[in-house]
Amino acid sequence: MLLVTKKFHNKSEFEFMKLFAARNDSFLSADANVELSTDKSGSSARKEPSGPRHASSFTPSPAAMQPTSLEQVQATAEPNPLKTCENLSTNCVMFLSSLGDGMNAYVAYKVSTRTSLPMFRSKVFSVRRRFSDFLGLYEKLSVKQSLHGCIIPPPPEKSVVGMTKVKVGMDDPSSVEFVERRRAALERYLQRVVSHPSLLQDPDVREFLEREDLPRAVNTQALSGAGFLKMINKASDAVNKMTIKMNESDTWFEDKFQEVENEEQQLRKLHVVVDSLVNHRKELCGNTAVFAKSLAMLGNSEDNTALSRALSQLAEVEDKMEQLHQEQAASDFFIFAELLGDYIRLLGAVRGCFDQRMRAWQRWQEAQSTLQKKREAEAKLLWANKPDKLQQAKEEITEWEARVTQYERDFDRIGMTVRKEVLRFEKEKAKDFKSQIIKYLEAMLQSQQRLIKFWEAFLPEAKAIA
Amino acid sequence: SAVLNVDLQTDAMLQVDISDALSERDKVKFTVHTKSTLPNFKQNEFSVVRQHEEFIWLHDSFVENEEYAGYIIPPAPPRPDFDASREKLQKLGEGEGSMTKEEFTKMKQELEAEYLAIFKKTVAMHEVFLCRVAAHPVLRKDLNFHVFLEYNQDLSVRGKNKKEKLEDFFKNVVKSADGVLVAGVKDVDDFFEHEKTFLLEYHNRVKDASAKSDRMIRSHKNAADDINRIASSLYTLGTQDSTDLCKFFLKVSELFEKTRKIEARIAADEDLKLADLLKYYLRESQAAKDLLYRRSRALVDYENANKALDKARAKNRDVLQAETSQQLCCHKFEKISESAKQELIDFKTRRVAAFRKNLVELAELELKHAKGNLQLLQGCLGILKGNT
Repeated sequence: MLLVTKKFHNKSEFEFMKLFAARNDSFLSADANVELSTDKSGSSARKEPSGPRHASSFTPSPAAMQPTSLEQVQATAEPNPLKTCENLSTNCVMFLSSLGDGMNAYVAYKVSTRTSLPMFRSKVFSVRRRFSDFLGLYEKLSVKQSLHGCIIPPPPEKSVVGMTKVKVGMDDPSSVEFVERRRAALERYLQRVVSHPSLLQDPDVREFLEREDLPRAVNTQALSGAGFLKMINKASDAVNKMTIKMNESDTWFEDKFQEVENEEQQLRKLHVVVDSLVNHRKELCGNTAVFAKSLAMLGNSEDNTALSRALSQLAEVEDKMEQLHQEQAASDFFIFAELLGDYIRLLGAVRGCFDQRMRAWQRWQEAQSTLQKKREAEAKLLWANKPDKLQQAKEEITEWEARVTQYERDFDRIGMTVRKEVLRFEKEKAKDFKSQIIKYLEAMLQSQQRLIKFWEAFLPEAKAIA
Repeated sequence: SAVLNVDLQTDAMLQVDISDALSERDKVKFTVHTKSTLPNFKQNEFSVVRQHEEFIWLHDSFVENEEYAGYIIPPAPPRPDFDASREKLQKLGEGEGSMTKEEFTKMKQELEAEYLAIFKKTVAMHEVFLCRVAAHPVLRKDLNFHVFLEYNQDLSVRGKNKKEKLEDFFKNVVKSADGVLVAGVKDVDDFFEHEKTFLLEYHNRVKDASAKSDRMIRSHKNAADDINRIASSLYTLGTQDSTDLCKFFLKVSELFEKTRKIEARIAADEDLKLADLLKYYLRESQAAKDLLYRRSRALVDYENANKALDKARAKNRDVLQAETSQQLCCHKFEKISESAKQELIDFKTRRVAAFRKNLVELAELELKHAKGNLQLLQGCLGILKGNT
């Protein structure tokens, strides 16, 4: 097992990574602790410093508790305190190692879990997973009937270009950034999966966290970044082509769907601009470093001693500014841009749920029309007086009546699941955005405080010029 | 801003400033305002309108004047350049349909502010040139300068045509070739030897620093623009609904709107206090180098005249002529050397003072803006955290 300890040729890119990692108390070659906990207001993920880990309460709301009416959906938007089990904690830990070499190399991620939930075999355990395993987990979850209507967190995007570069040479800073970005994204993905009460109960999720040797996932080609969205959009198209238009008894679903679409669009726009900011900030970083060196040279050739010294000091200040810009760019990217990216994908998943509901409705309608046809067929047979065929026709009618009932129940169930899921999602989203943006602003604040220190130190030097 | 110049010997005052400026399609008209008690002016206070070409004419007339060979000629102001700004305004007009009314108004205001900033800068740079001339004990008495200040008609100095520009170009090439030649010869005088070494290196480094400061500041402006768009985008998100999250977005949008104004100001102040300072000393150090070059040329002429005199004496032919020529060259060289020494000392004093002033102001402004940003962030975070 190789620990990824790269030689960083470009100091600044490495610093970029380390700074962000440092601030989030995780280092590339160390463990990142993520603690999953729920308090009264829902589940959240907080990062704790590595070292002493402490327990906090985790409440899985039982998936078995399916609300049977709308009122109950509203009521159970908050996890019901009476349903909590004993105090538990689940941790998910990741760090990297790279195995193999050349084009067959792949990055393995260590997924560590700490839990006291009884359904797991042990309290602390870890497994090795590769990227395709994460995609495979999503694939398994997304086809489950029982999870239809649930908002299943989508995995991070595949990137052939990025990964190839990483395979070829792990040494260069952009590979480092790529791998760290992916690691962080996979961690968030898992956090979202395990903080979903229904998904945590799922045996595939448990297997993912626990099982030593996981069979290789196939068919993950479809789940490249572009592929995921294509899948969602194809489903949408199918729904749009439906000839029978649904008559909504209440407009909640239509309205909500429209909201989701709008929001996704807005977030995309915002993401583009934040990306631009990251790039400009990195540019600023580079240009500041270059300027600092130039200023130092100028200070060297200045023959007035005091001015020479002041210019050298100014060069140092600019150097420190470069550091700040770097940290700021990391913050822009890892806190802000990635948040937006995650939610653009999540909103796509939300749209997917609505589509699932539509398809359930479609199935129900088709079953009803089939039943109708069967009844008409029966009527014809009665007329034609064919008793043996009549028996079969009656059997078929019974069968289809049962199906119609089943599909109607499915449709209602999905509808309620979707409602519940959307409410939960909106709460999570609000919390996520608030906490991340606050974190982002706090980073900015720290930046400004340090900036003030730098210039306060410089000012007397400037005044000392004579 | 005006610079008061009092000639202690003659008790005459000469104060020049640019009191107004008008930007037209492709030119800028500067109103040059003079207050003076010098006897050669018809009035004590008067104004004329001048364009950039006329400033260049004045500068070139100083450079070409043999009498002024021993002085650092104040560098000519750069040509007013609104091309980039105008292009941006035009692009904005074309893209009006593709953005919301708020976005358009905001961007228009930004670009107009940028245009105004460039305008103010060009006015300042033209003014600095005039003030430098007015402050110089010899140049302030120049006849062309007085004509420039007083003659209220167009000076009819057309810009140089292609041929003349080409001639200038070759003149500079020759000069720099000469410069290299002359720079190679070690000067007997320690002071000038030191100055030569110093200026050659200093000029190159200032040039480098100036270019790099420009790039850095441009990146800063770009980042500020992005924050502006983020603020708009967050505002749109915030107005979709009246949920808690939407209110949150609106608050953050408001914050970004304010911080990006500060970021834009920081970039502008860095431009003014640092980039412009470096640009100016790039031009001044070039002017100082030109002075050293002229002195070197005079020295070469003097040495050649000596050789010619020796030859004449040896042949005993045209000795008087050679002697006169040699004396003229000697006198010219010594005159240049004497004034050059003072000019270079003054240059250093001016440079140190200008850097001190600008660096102190830069630091103070950076602090002011950082504290402003900090306050905004603290205030906003207080509200956001309080509500969640």
